[in-house]
Amino acid sequence: MKRKLILAVLALAALPVYGQTTLDAVKSKGFVQCGVNTGLAGFSQPDSKGVWKGIDVDLCRAVAAAVFGDSTKVRYTPLTAQQRFTALQSGEVDILSRNTTWTITRDTSLGLNFVGTNYYDGQGFMVPKKLNVKSAKQLNGATICVQPGTTTELNLADYFRANKMSFKPVVIEKLEEVLNAYFAGRCDVFTTDVSGLVSTRASRAPNPSDHVILPEVISKEPLGPAVRHGDDRWFDVVKWAMFAMMEAEELGLSSKNIDAQMSSTNPAVQRFVGATGDIGKMMGLDNKWSYNVVKQVGNYAESFDTNLTPLGFERGLNRLWTQGGIMYPIPVR
Amino acid sequence: MKFRSIAYQAAALAAVLVVGWFFVSNTQENLEVRRIASGFGFLQREAGFEIGEKFFLAYGAADSYARALVVGVLNTLGVALIGIVLATVLGTAVGLSRLSPNLLLRGLSGAYVEFFRNVPLLVQLFFWYALITEGLPGPRDALSPLPGVFLSNRGILLPSFDSVPRLEGFNFVGGTAITPEFAALLAGLSVYTAAFIAEIVRAGVLAIERGQWDAAQAMGLTRRESLRYVVVPQALRVVIPPLASQYLNLTKNSSLAVAIGYPDLVSIANTTMNQTGQAIEGIAIIMGVYLTISLSISAFMNWYNARIAFR
Repeated sequence: MKRKLILAVLALAALPVYGQTTLDAVKSKGFVQCGVNTGLAGFSQPDSKGVWKGIDVDLCRAVAAAVFGDSTKVRYTPLTAQQRFTALQSGEVDILSRNTTWTITRDTSLGLNFVGTNYYDGQGFMVPKKLNVKSAKQLNGATICVQPGTTTELNLADYFRANKMSFKPVVIEKLEEVLNAYFAGRCDVFTTDVSGLVSTRASRAPNPSDHVILPEVISKEPLGPAVRHGDDRWFDVVKWAMFAMMEAEELGLSSKNIDAQMSSTNPAVQRFVGATGDIGKMMGLDNKWSYNVVKQVGNYAESFDTNLTPLGFERGLNRLWTQGGIMYPIPVR
Repeated sequence: MKFRSIAYQAAALAAVLVVGWFFVSNTQENLEVRRIASGFGFLQREAGFEIGEKFFLAYGAADSYARALVVGVLNTLGVALIGIVLATVLGTAVGLSRLSPNLLLRGLSGAYVEFFRNVPLLVQLFFWYALITEGLPGPRDALSPLPGVFLSNRGILLPSFDSVPRLEGFNFVGGTAITPEFAALLAGLSVYTAAFIAEIVRAGVLAIERGQWDAAQAMGLTRRESLRYVVVPQALRVVIPPLASQYLNLTKNSSLAVAIGYPDLVSIANTTMNQTGQAIEGIAIIMGVYLTISLSISAFMNWYNARIAFR
């Protein structure tokens, strides 16, 4: 007991090293603890009633639907960019679903595993229209507002070095404040992932049409959920909950038609909804896990259309591979 | 009796060491198990990010994390030292004004102390920063009160020895710039700390007995001369110890810089931690640096205090 008390003092020092698996722990406590963004419209943000909404939130709900057959059994921990990895490492959250870029450094040195990509993004630039800038190549000498806590600062410096241009960064921690500085004209440019630019332009700019997003995308930002390193069963559950949403879209299954499709004669659909085979049991879940995901959360297209399309997002790279995008769900069979 | 007290102290020390060892070894074990990188090897790697202000040391994105952190330390020291000087001058002036026979001066300085002491520093920083970025025009319509001097939301541009600032592309080039971030942080820290220093100075002067004033006056000294030659030298002894802790506060408060984008040590260490993922090492560096700065200020103030003490 004393030992436990001492352990609790330091988050990292306090980890149970040889504990039960996360899946068992989640089942016994009865909910999934999900680390999300403190507020990024379309990805994770509480609505006016305090209900969390967004595609990253939908992933958490999908995992809860797969594990419990009830997508509401999620508790959210809003995390800043700086808190997020420590929160996952220390066991404070079970999943980190917070528009986090998958990179080799993070995957190999932070004690976590990226599950996959639920949004293909890239870093871009937003400038006031009145500056009349048409390309990022014209930004030599510009002052650029940027938020810390991401790979954004690094990409920015890389791009300007590669193009032999100079810039002055203004690094401000809170999104609110960095946007104030940009909108007040302290900076010529605001840079972050294009998704973030579209989202903030739509939701925070005093007049969205005064700002343009430049055509250059200077980095690859595959955003996806991550779990702790070394717990393969939980890794599998989160990975397949994510793929189930995309596979459902490919199979033409949605929250609206899946009940009717239960009696489908298509063998791929039968396997998916758990009418044949025992995929769910192999994962330690109910055999209707994927049915529950689609029924309660919807397929990937439904999640995208509800959360991102209204903000002006294009599906772009995030279309299915069958429709010209690069979303390629691994087969559920 | 003596043996027992030594035994207790030894036991307490042993307990502290055991707990410390437990934390360190358990953390290490956990980092190992989770394959989280540790150690200070990252300091030699290329940092890869830019820093907005580096007037004390040249730095580029190709330099190492170690050099980036040194830039941060120098930025912290720079704003803290200038802030300490300004706060002391301003605080002394306000503190003495509160004792002035002039009613208006006394009232104004009283209001100053009450206002700035009671508004949180972070709010004041946002205020100064917004005043500059929202209140001043953009670089293309910059105000120029004197030839070669420009005021805009990009900061205050002054001519330097070799060049005069001129507008080129997005921004001014040439000259010396005081950025809005530095100006806001310096103003915020100095004005806030000066309010506390004013009270310390007032207390120091009031601590000197009435008789000293009377004696000075009896010798034909004016009010100003009495203050300068009789009261202040004695008041210093009362003032120095609490003043030292205000200096320490100002230095530590400079870490709020991250809120308004001044690249101090904490801001740069944050970026470093994010890129390398080595939070424990980063926090250790921040703690080590602040501890060193604080202990140095303390040591200096103790030395000064000892020097002016009655012998």
